[in-house]
Amino acid sequence: MLKLDGISKTFYPGTVNEKRALNRVTLHLERGDFAAIVGSNGAGKSTLFNAIAGVFFADAGAITVDGTDFTFLPEYRRSRQIGRLFQDPMRGTAPNMTIEENLALAYLRTAKHQTAFFSRVSREEKNFFRDQLALLDMGLEDRMRQPVGLLSGGQRQALTLLMATLVPPKLLLLDEHTAALDPATAEKVLSLTKDIVARHKLTCLMITHNMHSALALGNRTLMMDAGQIVLDLKGEERRGLTVEELLRRFRAGAGKDLDNDRILLSE
Amino acid sequence: MLIVLQGALEQGFLYALVALALFLSYSILDIADLTTDGAFTLGCAVSATVCLAGHPVLALPMAVAAGAAAGFVTAFLQTKLGVPSILAGIITNFGLYSINMMVMGGANRPIGLKNQTVFTLAQGAGVLGGWAKLAVAAVIVLAAGGALVFFLGTRLGLSIRATGDNKDMVRASSINPVFTITVGLCVANALTALSGGLVAQYMKSSDINQGTGMVVIGLASLIIGQTLIGRGGMARCVAAVLLGSVIYQLFYVAALRFNVPGEYLKLIAAVIVAGAIAMPALKQWAGLQKRRHAARRHRGGER
Repeated sequence: MLKLDGISKTFYPGTVNEKRALNRVTLHLERGDFAAIVGSNGAGKSTLFNAIAGVFFADAGAITVDGTDFTFLPEYRRSRQIGRLFQDPMRGTAPNMTIEENLALAYLRTAKHQTAFFSRVSREEKNFFRDQLALLDMGLEDRMRQPVGLLSGGQRQALTLLMATLVPPKLLLLDEHTAALDPATAEKVLSLTKDIVARHKLTCLMITHNMHSALALGNRTLMMDAGQIVLDLKGEERRGLTVEELLRRFRAGAGKDLDNDRILLSE
Repeated sequence: MLIVLQGALEQGFLYALVALALFLSYSILDIADLTTDGAFTLGCAVSATVCLAGHPVLALPMAVAAGAAAGFVTAFLQTKLGVPSILAGIITNFGLYSINMMVMGGANRPIGLKNQTVFTLAQGAGVLGGWAKLAVAAVIVLAAGGALVFFLGTRLGLSIRATGDNKDMVRASSINPVFTITVGLCVANALTALSGGLVAQYMKSSDINQGTGMVVIGLASLIIGQTLIGRGGMARCVAAVLLGSVIYQLFYVAALRFNVPGEYLKLIAAVIVAGAIAMPALKQWAGLQKRRHAARRHRGGER
């Protein structure tokens, strides 16, 4: 489903601040793969997501999603196939627009609607939005005409998750999307994520700083360091792995200890 | 008195289109679009010139098209060529001066008594008597306002609103912000030029300085309306803009009535706009002073 072949990106080339953020990253995700990514500070996890989503064009390498070459596609075109959630719950929704209007925008992603500029939200669509909101179990289905700015961070993140998956994307990118929420809300959003990914059989990449989630969620665990994927665990090899064992394997792969203050502080 | 009120209503409606344009560019897209002054004059120039050629009704869509083209230039400069948005408007505005001179073939172009305008056509129909001008202004502005409310409820309109609200989210929802900003600025400047086109026919003249300061007058109307009616749904916002414009023109006409020179009113408009936009900063400053004062008193008591 997702193929990255030798993706490289260097920021500020030719200056003292030159930073090689991605170094020939190659990764193949099968349809329905759910991979968790962990790694050191500045390992290139978010940069990798930005390269896939098209926030910038990679310096070298090719990106293919479901057989389509994405390498030179602009960000907004990739967004038709890629759903994205960020750590900051404020980034995914328009605060001065109502819940219903936000969902209507997210629904634009379907090719069918792409040309229908002057169409309005129909009653069936409103009912569809209401049903989908009810699945979040947060009472948002009764607040559809309220501006999103009135919602809590957790509610906004759940809404963003719904918006990203309302039209099931080919790829879902989750960049520590529960990290800014309080523990109970984070748990709730994470379980919603599991439900939605399972329901639509989504192919999904998730950055996390929680080592337990990295092993418990999905079917693959990737570890990044210095712009490279240093460990790719799946299947038999991954089953029954403990956090201690994972850290030892990381040391073996990267040649140093995992250096991520968030991970160290989260236990 | 009734005549004064009627004049204020007529002008309030005509200039309301500028306030509507700024509602779209400033409030919704969050762009300070300084093309406004030039686009207004462009509307005046095109409308007067086409009127003189004997097509007062055709003059209005032509003014609209000219304004949209001006908006497109500003949008192109800022979205594709990386010119900062305020500067893009200033540059277009500056260039429009020459274009407006070219369109008018000089610094002004009076519409002769013999030439028809949409207002004289309505008066000629004779049904509405003295209210014909007001009726024309009201019908056009209410139609434009209604169309804008409808437009902002469509998917394209929602995309434009989201672009001003959260750009990150817009890109992640597969909307091209370059496209939405371009459409938004084209529509806004089309409205501004329509206002200019109507005003030229209403005043029976077009002048190179007719649009000067229009952006501040429009913002003042917008702010007056939003202060009085508040924000809410799109229909409410548009109604607020219309009311704000009428109130501003009432002030203007009343001031003229009391022999305040018209030029002084620009200062009042400037103060209204600067004051209203500065309000949050002033409130914060006042709050900080209060806390400092309280803290100082508290410390003084301990000593």
